[in-house]
Amino acid sequence: MAEVLVVVEHLEGAPKKVTFEMLTAARALGEPSAVVFGAPGTADKLTEKLGEFGAQKVYVAESDDITGYLVAPKAEVLASLVERTQPAAVLLASSSEGKEVAGRLAIKIGSGIITGATEVAADGTATQVIFAGAVIVKSKVRTGTPIITVTPNAVTPVPAPATPQTEAVEVAVSDNAKLARVVDRKVESAGSRPELSEASIVVSGGRGVGSADNFSVIEGLADSLGAAVGASRAATDSGFYPHQFQVGQTGKTVSPQLYMAIGISGAIQHRAGMQTSKTIVAVNKDEEAPIFELADFGVVGDLFKVVPDATEQIKARKG
Amino acid sequence: MNIVVLVKQVPDSGSERALRDSDKTVDRESASLVINEMDEYAIEEALQLRDAQGGEVTILTMGPDRATETIRKALSMGPDRAVHISDEALHGACAPQTSLVLAKALEQLEWDLVISGAESTDGRVSVMPAMLAERLNVPQLTGARKLTVDGAKLTIERQTEDGYEIVEAEGKAIVSVWDTINEPRYPSFKGIMQAKSKPVETKSLADLGISPDEVGLANATSEVLEFSPRPPKGAGVKVTDEGDGAQKLVEFLASQKIV
Ligand SMILES: Cc1cc2nc3c(=O)[nH]c(=O)nc-3n(C[C@H](O)[C@H](O)[C@H](O)COP(=O)(O)OP(=O)(O)OC[C@H]3O[C@@H](n4cnc5c(N)ncnc54)[C@H](O)[C@@H]3O)c2cc1C
Ligand SMILES: Nc1ncnc2c1ncn2[C@@H]1O[C@H](COP(=O)(O)O)[C@@H](O)[C@H]1O
Repeated sequence: MAEVLVVVEHLEGAPKKVTFEMLTAARALGEPSAVVFGAPGTADKLTEKLGEFGAQKVYVAESDDITGYLVAPKAEVLASLVERTQPAAVLLASSSEGKEVAGRLAIKIGSGIITGATEVAADGTATQVIFAGAVIVKSKVRTGTPIITVTPNAVTPVPAPATPQTEAVEVAVSDNAKLARVVDRKVESAGSRPELSEASIVVSGGRGVGSADNFSVIEGLADSLGAAVGASRAATDSGFYPHQFQVGQTGKTVSPQLYMAIGISGAIQHRAGMQTSKTIVAVNKDEEAPIFELADFGVVGDLFKVVPDATEQIKARKG
Repeated sequence: MNIVVLVKQVPDSGSERALRDSDKTVDRESASLVINEMDEYAIEEALQLRDAQGGEVTILTMGPDRATETIRKALSMGPDRAVHISDEALHGACAPQTSLVLAKALEQLEWDLVISGAESTDGRVSVMPAMLAERLNVPQLTGARKLTVDGAKLTIERQTEDGYEIVEAEGKAIVSVWDTINEPRYPSFKGIMQAKSKPVETKSLADLGISPDEVGLANATSEVLEFSPRPPKGAGVKVTDEGDGAQKLVEFLASQKIV
């Protein structure tokens, strides 16, 4: 069976859930081989976990040249791996960086590329949800080795224990791939809450929340559910909540089991980032708010009455 | 400093968008077409740099004849001129093909910096700047929420999933920007009037030295097999809070086995 290269998404050696989703998706296409990029010592922390989700091999590309320069070194290493292993496909996460590595790789190896896949079939057909969730498309790469980027939270990760063989990959980065230097890297963490794009429940607040202080109402509900906190752009632009928690077209795309939109009108750009959530709940005082068109359950009412009350009741139920 | 800004015409994300039944490409005829929102931020960034440092701003667009509307709109914000790549053979071009065309067009222009949007609202592919950097062999400074130009040195704050990175490079480069970078200006009446007489050079594939069988739907590197509207969600429940809104909400969550 042909190999399928899966580029591991991780934060300083901690695997992201999308990695397991990609390994699961890859098994439909062939034998998953994980590719770990990072500083020396990264793969050691990951190998066992990668095996749990079916990685037969782990290619280890560790070098300060990988972390020290933007995107281009990864594309270069992948291009040589593709040439050597002739994989059935290359899967990457549909993150900004994943897509950019995919784009450069496509040009290097002369392949087609599909971004934002929510499903990958055995014959390489990828499903995409486009136009803010309005249309489902099935497409296929027809030139070269298919390069597919996979949307986080779309595939259900299924374990398939394996004991991966690890193999060090030579990282010989050309001068051309060293043009953009990464001189500093800052992690703005979500604290103790789950990561937004991976969370199974997301509670988001909008302009209706009214102020940064009031966001404690949103955080309270989120914490009672073990959820991540998100925000609309109106809320981040007004300084109610930090920008990296913005959900939508220009923020994060989330696809949780439950999405709660509190004081959010439901503009198309916001929907673009949350429309594929399994269950959607809205609280809004305007009964005409467009968010109610997507909501499985909507409460027309004042969020400052409904949300704290609901938070208390949830806590009471959980004991 | 001479800057080229990449501007794409897209179907309005606020209107009904569709694919064409005939060839499964984006329906650009029936849709209302607008400038890709993120590209307005790219134009604004270029104008601020030009106004501070001198030079010219050129708009570069690949798209059908109708894209001239978008080009005039872009010019009304203040850029100096535009280049429009238009050719029947480009219909249905895939991302690698578009990058080939834009790269060839950029080779024919004189520039110090290329600025683009980080993402388009129709495809949301966000690969174009990276593909161009690859083809042109210049540094990619992508996903910027802040750009600083100090002589030949360029520094960006690159927005990432987990925070941000500081990335720097020298010389000619490709920068892509998010909407957090600035607040685009509205075209003034004067700007709109002036845009009508600004030079727009139209180029064909032949002008770029690209053969029609390298591009277009028939030669695309990926193919749409089928598409369908996403099944509408069953109508949800909507209750009006009369003191019992929270309780009903929690009961709903319980019925979904969430609490
Ligand atoms: C290029 C571009 C990109 C964009 N990208 C994004 C994006 O990524 N994400 C995003 O979210 N937006 C994005 N937007 C902005 C988008 O168009 C909307 O402006 C934004 O989503 C509105 O946020 P909101 O719903 O919080 O605010 P509003 O539209 O002002 O809605 C606030 C809602 O709160 C309700 N409300 C007020 N008080 C209460 C109360 N006490 N109790 C209950 N309800 C109350 C109101 O009825 C109203 O419906 C983008 C726009 C552009 C042009
Ligand atoms: N046909 C095009 N003409 C000019 N610029 C484009 C074109 N396609 C993409 N771009 C630029 O590339 C950016 C990213 O687009 P995309 O990769 O399609 O999401 C856009 O914001 C534009 O600045």
